[in-house]
This record gives sequence, C-alpha cells and structure tokens, in this order.
Amino acid sequence: MLKLININKGYADGRQVLSNLSYCLNNGEYVAIMGDSGVGKSTLLNLIAGLDKPDTGEILIDDVAISSLDDDAATRLRREKFGFIFQAFYILPHLTLSQNVALPLLLNGVSIEAAEQMLVAVGLQGRGHHFPRQLSGGELQRVAIARALIHRPKLVLADEPTGNLDPDTAHEILMLMRTEIKANGASGIIVTHSKAAAATADRVLVLTKDGLHPAVLN
Amino acid sequence: MDHGLIFRWLLFGEWRSHLLQAVVVITAIALGVALGYAIHLINTAAYNEFSAATKNLTGQSDLQVRGTQAMFDERLYPALMARDDVVTANPVLELDVVVSAKQTERSDNKLKILGIDLFRAMEISPDLIGMPAEGKPLDGLSDDAIFLSPAAMEWLQVKQDESLQLRVGTQTINFRVAGGLVRSRAGQRIAVMDIATAQWRFQHLGLLSRIELKLAEGVNHAAFKTKLTQELGEYYRVTESADQETRVNNMSRAYRVNLNMLALVALFTGAFLVFSSQALSVIRRRHQFALLRVLGLTRRELLQQILSEGAVLGVVGSLLGLALGYVTAFIALQYFGGDLGSGFFKGVQPALFFSVSSAAIFFLLGLGVTLLGSAVPAWEAANANTAPALKSGSEEMALKRLARPWPALLCLGLAGLFVLMPPIFDLPVFGYLAIALLLIGGIALMPYISTLFFSMASTWNNTRIYNVIAALTLARLANASNQASIALGGVLASFSLMVAMAIMVTSFRESVDDWLEQVLPADIYVQLAASGDQGGFQLPQQEAIAAIPGVSRYDFSRFIKLTLDPGRPEITLIARPIDATDPRNTLPIIGNTVEPGLLTDDVIPIWVSEAMVDLYNFTVGKQVRLPLRTAGPDTPQFIVAGVWRDYGRQFGAIQMQLSDYQLLSNDLNVNTAALWLQTGTTAEQLMASLKNLSFGGALDITQSSDIRTLSLEIFDRSFAVTYLLEAVAVVIGLLGVAASFSAQALARTKEFGMLRHIGVMRRQVLRMLAAEGGLLTVLGVILGFVIGWGISLILVFVVNPQSFHWTMQLHLPWSWLAIVALVMVVLAGLTALIAGRHAVSGNAIRAVREDW
Repeated sequence: MLKLININKGYADGRQVLSNLSYCLNNGEYVAIMGDSGVGKSTLLNLIAGLDKPDTGEILIDDVAISSLDDDAATRLRREKFGFIFQAFYILPHLTLSQNVALPLLLNGVSIEAAEQMLVAVGLQGRGHHFPRQLSGGELQRVAIARALIHRPKLVLADEPTGNLDPDTAHEILMLMRTEIKANGASGIIVTHSKAAAATADRVLVLTKDGLHPAVLN
Repeated sequence: MDHGLIFRWLLFGEWRSHLLQAVVVITAIALGVALGYAIHLINTAAYNEFSAATKNLTGQSDLQVRGTQAMFDERLYPALMARDDVVTANPVLELDVVVSAKQTERSDNKLKILGIDLFRAMEISPDLIGMPAEGKPLDGLSDDAIFLSPAAMEWLQVKQDESLQLRVGTQTINFRVAGGLVRSRAGQRIAVMDIATAQWRFQHLGLLSRIELKLAEGVNHAAFKTKLTQELGEYYRVTESADQETRVNNMSRAYRVNLNMLALVALFTGAFLVFSSQALSVIRRRHQFALLRVLGLTRRELLQQILSEGAVLGVVGSLLGLALGYVTAFIALQYFGGDLGSGFFKGVQPALFFSVSSAAIFFLLGLGVTLLGSAVPAWEAANANTAPALKSGSEEMALKRLARPWPALLCLGLAGLFVLMPPIFDLPVFGYLAIALLLIGGIALMPYISTLFFSMASTWNNTRIYNVIAALTLARLANASNQASIALGGVLASFSLMVAMAIMVTSFRESVDDWLEQVLPADIYVQLAASGDQGGFQLPQQEAIAAIPGVSRYDFSRFIKLTLDPGRPEITLIARPIDATDPRNTLPIIGNTVEPGLLTDDVIPIWVSEAMVDLYNFTVGKQVRLPLRTAGPDTPQFIVAGVWRDYGRQFGAIQMQLSDYQLLSNDLNVNTAALWLQTGTTAEQLMASLKNLSFGGALDITQSSDIRTLSLEIFDRSFAVTYLLEAVAVVIGLLGVAASFSAQALARTKEFGMLRHIGVMRRQVLRMLAAEGGLLTVLGVILGFVIGWGISLILVFVVNPQSFHWTMQLHLPWSWLAIVALVMVVLAGLTALIAGRHAVSGNAIRAVREDW
C-alpha cells in the first residue's frame, strides 16, 4: 500500500533527519512509530501525506509516487486516500460536529448523509448540531477519528492522537481508532511516544537516525 | 466537490464567531461607496441641470454668434439675417442685473434678463416667450413689461402685475411683472423682455450678447461655421451647442473631479481596512486553512474561498453603500441644492437621476476595493506551507513577506516619478496616482520600520531599565510587528490623508490670506451694480469720487470679459494703474518678469495669471494678440511682461495699464474705485461721504477688511464638504483599529491565559495592551505625518496647479496636527484597552486549553 524507498530529508539549517529510509506498509496493516523527539517522526508523516517533499527517494501510495505529483494532484490524492488525526484535534471551531465530520465527503464530492452515522459509530449520537466548544478533549478526538474515516480512506495517519488526553480516555480513543480503522479496511500509522498507545498497533517500529527498526515493548 | 456548501459553512461559521469584523468591513465599504456615489449623484444632477438650463437659453438654434467681448454691435444682425443660408436669426441681449430688493445679498442678488425679439424667438426659442395676461396681448412688446420664470417669481416674491425694481448703474428702474414664461426649467431664475426695451432701459443701445442662427436645410453646419468664423474675423466666435457643453464642462470639471477623488478617499481608506481585517482573519484562521489543505482543499480552492468571502462582504457593503448614497444625495439636494460650496451650480434645482451605469461603476469600485484588500492575504494563505502552518506560533510568519521593504520602496520611487508627469486632459491623473503609491508605499513600510524601531527599543529596555511589562510589550511589538502594523493600516491611511488635507487647506488658506492683503491694498472699494461690460462709473462720477474729502489716493479699474477659446469659460481683462517701474508693487507677481526697461513702444505690456500660462501658453516674454475691440484701425500687439497669482479667477485673467486700455478702446468708464484714507479720516466717515453723493444709493461700498473676511468665509464654506469627507475617513480608520485590536486581543486569549498562569495580573495585561496600542499608534502617527506631509507636497505643488492653475506656499498647522495626533493616540490606546478587557475577562485555565 505504502512504499518508502531510500528517503532522505534534511532541513535548511543543515540538520539531516531522515537518511536512506525504506519501508513497506501492507494493506490493512496498522503500525506504530516511536522514537526520540526531533528524530523526524512528524516529518515522515508529512512526507507520506505529500505535505512536504523528500530531498531524494520515493514514496509510493498504491504505486503512485506522491512526491513527484504537483500540489493539486497531491492534494486530490490526499483528500481521497488519507485520513488524519492530530494531537491537537484541529476541529474547525465554527462548524458543527456534523459539518466537521462531513468535510472530507464534501471535498470528495459525495453525499454527506453518512456523517451522522459516523458520529454514532464514535459514540457521539445526537451531538451533530453541537459546536466543538461544547465538547471535552476526548470527545473532540472522537470527532477527529470520525472525520478521518468518514470517506473510507486507505491510510490513516495519526500524530500523537492521545497526547492531550488522560490515560483512560486515551485508551478508549486508541481502541476506537483501531476498531474503526480495521472495520474500514484501512491501513494506519500512528506516531506516538506512548508505549500503551503503540501497543494497540499490529507492529511497533522505532525511528532512529539509521532508519525504521522493529521495537520490543516490555 | 460541493464548493457551495463548504463555502457557506465556512463563511457563516466565520460570521457567527466574528460578526463585528464582518460588520466593520461592510460598514467601511458601504460608507466609502455611499460618499463617493452621493457626491457623484449630486455633482451629476447639478451639472446636468446647469447644462440643460444653459442650453435652454439658446433654444433650438443651430449656431450662435458671440463677440469675444461680452457685447457687440447689433448691425451684425441684419447682415446675418440677409444671408441665404440662414433661415432665421434671433438677436439676444443677456444681462445679469442686480435686483434692488436683494442688493445687500452680494453673493446672490442678480437676475438673468434676456432681451428677445418676440417674433424671432418664437421660431428658435419658443419656451422663452412671455405669457401676457388675458386682454394684454401686446405686453410682450411693452416698454415696462417683464416676464418672470416661476423660480424667479418665488425668489423675488412678486406676482403678476406687481412691480419689480432693478439697478442699472447709478439708477433704479421699475418694471411691471407682466406674466410668466411658456416653459422654464425647475429652479431656473430668468426674466424675459422685449429686446428693444432691454437695450434702452439697461443702457445697452445698439448692443447684443449673441445672435442665434437657424440654418437653411441642407447647409453643412461645420462648413458654414468655419466660413462664417473666417468672414466675421477675430472679434467674433461662432459656437454650437457642443461648444457650450464643453464650456460648461470645463468650468466645473476640475472641481467635480477633485471632489469625487476626495470622496473616494473614504473608499480608499476602506480598502486598507479591508486588507487589515482580512489579513488578520487569515492569520487567525491560519491553522484552519492549513487543516483544510491537509484534508484536501487545493490552493486554488482555498484562494477562491477567501476571495469569495471578501467578495460577499464587498457585494453587501457596495449595495448598502449605493442605497445610502442615493438617500444621502436625495436629502442633500432637497435641503442644500446641488451646490456643494463651489459656487458653480448656484440657482439650479437639480433632480436626482438614477443611472444603472454609474451605480454599476460605484458597485464595482466597492467590490474591487474589497477584493484588492483580500487579495494579498488570500494569496498568502493559499501559498502557505501546510505542515508548519498547522503548528502554533507560526502566525507571525504568515505575512513575513510584508516586512520586506523593496515593494514599498518601489512604490515610493514610482510616486517620485509620477509627480514629474504632466496633466492628462487638464487633470492631475499622475498626481493622484503618486498620492496612492506614496500612501501604499508608506504603509507597506510600516512593518519594517516597526520591527526596526521596536527591536532597538526592546534592546534598550532590556539593557537599561528592565521592566517586565515594558519588556513584554516591546518584545511583542518587535517580534510580531506585522500583525500590529496591519492593524494600523486603515488608521494610518486616514491619518496620513487628514494630515495631507490639513496642510494643503492651511497652505491654501494662508496663501489666499496673503494674496488678499496684496490685491486689496486700499481701505475702501466702491463699485456699481454690475450689468455686463457696459455701464460703470462715467467720467463725472469718477471725478466726484476723486473729489471726496478724506481720500489720499484713488485707483480706478475696468473689468472686461473676453472669450479666447469658445470651449473654455471667459477670461477677465483688468485694466488698472500698475506701477510701471516695478509691477511687483501692484501685482502679486511670481517668477521672472520682463524688465520694464526692456519693453518697447510697439508692444503693450500685460501681466497674466498662472491659469493663462497653463491654458493659453501665455508665457513670460511671449508676444500675443487679444480679441479686444480697439478704437483705431491697428491690431495691437501685447507682450506678457509677468505672471501673477490669482485665486479669484480660475479660468484666467490679464491685467494691463488702465491708460493703455483707455487709449486702445476709447472706453473711459470704470467698474471699481479703490480709495485710500487720508490720515485723520475714518472709514465710516468716507463711506458716509460716498453715500451722500448724488448716486450714493447705487453704490456698493465695502471695506477691504470685510472683503477679506467674506472671502475667507467663502473659502471655509467651500472646504466644509472636504472636512466632512475627511472626518468620515478617520472614523472608518478608527473603526478599523477597534476591529483589528479586538480581533487580535481575542486571538491572543491563550497568551493572556498563560501570562495569568505565571503570575501576571489582569491589570498588568491590560496595561500591556494599552501600551502596545499607544506605542504602535505613536509610531503610526509619526509615519502618518511623514506620509501626509509627502502627500500634501503633491497636493500643493502638483494636483492644485494642474487642476486649478494656481500655486501656493506651504504652511503647516502644527498645533492642529498635534491635537489630532494626540487624540488618535489616546483613542487607539483606549480601543486596545477596551478590546483587551474582553479578552482577559475569561477563565485563565480555559483560555490555555483552547486550541484555536
């Protein structure tokens, strides 16, 4: 589903974050990526999503090299095949929950009827007309999960999705994420510092300056 | 993709949470469009009515023959009438005569009288025929009958069969109001009488103002016009309606264009406000836009979204502005008439006319200004790097490009280039462009200067008098100056323009005051009720005035109207004693002159106003001819001996020695006597002596101090509208500061919450906000003053000379500027404080938890 081939990425200040990184993610696979701060986890997610371009190397999404696409084409690929979950939720504050969840459907030009059902699936039945300010952190992340999966993406990218949540809520959210990703037949990559969060994935990888390596959780 | 639904969701979502900003933008655009549209409607209505009224006086004639001077010999009439290619010739004597009952109302005491040949007028201008009462069919030819238009009857408060007294020279003559006119335009104050009666009673025997011609069928008008012009020679002008229209247009065009430009200042200020509002909105929504990009909105779609949001504000604002402008114009015309202080459109009663094309232009201007204001922020948002934009703290990066000084310096350079360009069609187009570029360039420099200034202040504070609130304030201003500077865009624009207008108006007023002192050296001025070029003081009356005790010196002047170009208004020829050894003692000369010693006997020296140089190329040293009827057979040659400043006659004036004029023309009458008091004689005593003369009752006697006061009152009145327009621009600017500061304060709720967490007191946060607002405004006021001063230089040295053909000296109203600057700083500080109170009133814990 996703192939990373010899990815190199450095920043303008000369700092090299990713060197000769290669990896292959299979359909329906759900992996967690851990690593020290600044090692390039978020950068890797940005590269996969086409929000940034590698200096060298290729990123293939279903055999399409996203890094070689122009901005519009990369955006269209992203809107169709990706779902995103962020640590800071990023729910548009002036839209209702239904509207927030329905955004990917609208962007893909499909009916928005499924939005309410998706909210039910993440445990927010009857809350569609509420605004984000009326929700707790855990509830906001449920909305984010609903938005990430509503358009049945092939790959869900989650960047520290439970970083802002208490352990109980975090566990609840992680299980929900896994369940929904699996139920939708999607693949998933979760970037996290939390071993508990990583443990919910099929595989756990550690990103170091040498590349991605399998991790052993105690 | 369902663009419409996403657009609506995002738009209404934004409006729901930031309604005030949307309202401010809509209000600014609406006010700008309303002002511009109202002024345009009023000016157009007044101009159209004035033009129609002027056209009404010349009836359905094909051509008109006029003299280069106001009157010409009536013997031309039978000669024209006898021509085969002329079907009818209609002789007209047109006079502006003082009404006895209105004599004291100097600015509005004249009635336009048309002396017509009843039988000829029936064919060419039937509307101007008098309607006699039943049983008095011959009143049209009676020597005491006068026919008045309804507006004239109302103004004079007379009815049919009542008497009307008019002034002619030193005499008062009585007429009987014999009836009304067949048709006249609403508000048009005119009187009609038999031409022979008019010539006799107003002492214009043998003279005509014009002859209106109806040409035979098949005669080529243009060819006939050329042929007749050649045949009649240099003392006559053959004109057609188009020339009349050009003339009327030229008369008021500079004034109308300048007033329209001034009205658009409010809209221009609105553009900066839209820019600052949209820019801050984009900064505030930076994360949201980044998320939309992550979710799959393309750059183009995001650009469309933001521009469409701006367009909606522009459409609503412009439509409201059009409605408000129309209502304002309607009310203004009802209560103040069509004259906005210029004096060009007195005596007309214009009706408002809705034109789709002009409404569309102002609608598009409003919309264009909004889109222009939205363009840069929208472009920035669409091109932002998505991943960094999602992170907190990237807001200041958003408009980092604005801090680059090069685009601003380019604008300033272009402005410098444009001020050197000549006018286009007598209008200072490049001057206005230079003003716009100077304003844009100056304001665009604000972030750069702000960063530079506050970085230095911050360093200074940190190394010398470390104060935490001062440090926080200066650090914010030094490191987040883009947002702060943008907030000031609107107010900086309006303050700069206000400074510029204040300097220009003060310079103009002071220059006019100095000029009045120079052109009114005598103590008392005496003149007779005017009636065209004829009349005035005859020799016995001049002698009587000169012989009055208490007069140490007297000067007589003769005023003649001359037409040099039928497409332009008449110029004034002033014949008076001029100090031959040094004309600067008599005239407000500017620039070089032809030394009196270099003048030869075969040329007559004349001194021309600045307008003559611009409009007729009468440059110093040039030999010219004037269409002045002379007593002798030779056509005299004149030399331009100098240029003088004239604020009284925008369309040109020429001065020459009275002795030269009298020798040339044999016309010994004069219009004005300037009298100097003898030591020991008071003005009141001299005025009483003048009144005691046999013709004293007909005299219009004025002290020079009164003329000066009246002139300055007229000056102030004519600029009253500009003060109003400026005030609106400033209100719009302050509105922008209020909206921007409150938006910024709200956007910084999280920052304030954090400060409260670490122990900063609420009042300290407020103090910090007030200091930020105040300091930024101080810098804005300084920069605004510099920009305003630059603009005033363009107004004084480019726009005014190119529009009105007069120059002036620069004068700065320091105390007034200081007061306005202080008011601006206090208001901006208060605005920031009030906005901040709302932002820090929330719960500190909740504030830091809020994501965006």
